[in-house]
Amino acid sequence: MAERLIELRNITKSFGRVYALGGVNFSVDRGEVVGLIGDNGAGKSTLIKILAGVIKPTSGEILVRGEPVTGWNAARSREAGIETVFQDRALAVQQSIVRNVFMGCELKGPLGWLNLAKEAREAERLMREIGFTSSAFTPRSIVGQLSGGERQGVAIARAIYRQADLIILDEPTTALSITETNKVFHFVRQVRASGRSIVFIGHNIHHVYTIADRFVVLDRGKVELEAKRADVPSAEALIGFMEAVAKPNRNADRTLREGGAT
Amino acid sequence: MTDAAPPQNAGDKGMDPAAARHPLEHPVRRFIDANRAALGTFAVLVVMMSVFIAANPHVFLEWNIYRAVLTTVPVALFLVIPLVFVVTAGEIDLSFPATMGFSAWMFALVVQAGFSPYLGLAAAMATGALLGFFVGALVVYFRLSSLIATLGMNFMMRGVIQISTEGKSIALLSLTPSSAKSIFSGVVFGVPTQMFWALAFVVFSSLLFNHNQFGAHVKIVGDNTDSAWQMGIDVNSVRVKAFVFVGLGAALAGFFSTMINVTWWPTSGDGYLLPALASVFVGGTPTWGGVGTVTGGAIGALIVSFIQTGIVGAGLSGFYVQFFNGLIIILSLIGHRWNQIRYR
Repeated sequence: MAERLIELRNITKSFGRVYALGGVNFSVDRGEVVGLIGDNGAGKSTLIKILAGVIKPTSGEILVRGEPVTGWNAARSREAGIETVFQDRALAVQQSIVRNVFMGCELKGPLGWLNLAKEAREAERLMREIGFTSSAFTPRSIVGQLSGGERQGVAIARAIYRQADLIILDEPTTALSITETNKVFHFVRQVRASGRSIVFIGHNIHHVYTIADRFVVLDRGKVELEAKRADVPSAEALIGFMEAVAKPNRNADRTLREGGAT
Repeated sequence: MTDAAPPQNAGDKGMDPAAARHPLEHPVRRFIDANRAALGTFAVLVVMMSVFIAANPHVFLEWNIYRAVLTTVPVALFLVIPLVFVVTAGEIDLSFPATMGFSAWMFALVVQAGFSPYLGLAAAMATGALLGFFVGALVVYFRLSSLIATLGMNFMMRGVIQISTEGKSIALLSLTPSSAKSIFSGVVFGVPTQMFWALAFVVFSSLLFNHNQFGAHVKIVGDNTDSAWQMGIDVNSVRVKAFVFVGLGAALAGFFSTMINVTWWPTSGDGYLLPALASVFVGGTPTWGGVGTVTGGAIGALIVSFIQTGIVGAGLSGFYVQFFNGLIIILSLIGHRWNQIRYR
């Protein structure tokens, strides 16, 4: 039905003798929000860095829109339409929203003279597209004046301006209040409505459960669960599953799978 | 992390957009928001001048004292404005006095050899740009602290001048009747012509800072280097360019200073180190990078130049100059601290 945007097949990544990822299958379809969850050290960061092309997998296959790609790197990832919004948010907070949205891709004429009016209009359009409007700020407002959720909006607007089809949000709601978290959810829904995809990484299972269409639970470099939202009754079920998976006593190993709803 | 709501829009957060024009988009509001620091610096200048005028109206209501300042302040402007760029990029340059002396030396040599002063100007600018590139590349590609590395370069370049000239100055009497003299350091309507060049430089730099990709990148690099890298900005090249700009400014400063005095001294530029740096910060550019103000820097240069003339003109002995110099620097820093918010 939906177009497969990107697919990782049997990806492994080892740092020396330590396996960060031990054969992971992961895919994202057009227009879906994938919730990626897992404890610290589960391999989430490694996985998204591979998606972003920042690090190369030790083995495995990467397919973009069904086509296998070779020589995967950051530039290829960007060409494929993948933009990552990292935890630190990567914004220059003393600059305006416009300057952040167009950072490194300024709209300029000859000799680098900026087309400020066009940038402001374009930024306004992008902000409207993700429902990021308020009477409290304009595209010329300084990012430092914005709240944490609104700053995520700036980063998302920038990703969309850079023609992203898939936006990876690395813990976008960590340390945000309920109101701010709802703002981020609002942006995510708007992005999905525009046909783009999102990988939503979070430690707060309730947040991920609220927003994602599909869940992928990672633990110690393996995918422990992959489930559609309809198959997961509640956030508590997910939490219960993760607690079971995280137990150090794992001699029963894969039988814990039933805790979920695959 | 953003609990410290800025004063300008604390009240209206969360309200529905209803107004036809956004209240923040009012031209007056936008002007004030965009020029907070520069306006603060201007207020300092107005207060200082009022005090001087009140202290000695006879001197300060005459044109002569202003003409004296307008003769010397252009040289400072060519140094201060590019420094605003470097400080905004999160670096510092202490090598500009020697670059100024060195470039002016090349100018003097060309003129002394009988060539046109215009050719001398070109030689000075080429020297300044080259030295700026050299200093910048040293700092950026060897990953040195710009504070220490540029200090070292300042000593080294001055040393080369001293060794080569054995401390001898160069008199350039041939300049006095030249067309270059009347164009670059003549007098028009009672105003020294170098002031017009300096003003043009300030306007151009202000556009470069606020309407050009270079200025935008300088601010982003000074604000969040990691972010700049991630978004594909060539951070190193931006930094080096900022140092080249300082070199060019220093060359122009050296050229004008030599044109005005018709003599080049081996110490040319030395006296500008601390006043030029003070002007940047008095002007309202903070030390932490990411933000700065060209207009403020220009007004800062005016303030620093006026302190010296003003103290003596107000009837105090020259012994007071340093004290008031320091007092005005500290007071304006406190003022900027109160006027500006640092966003994190």
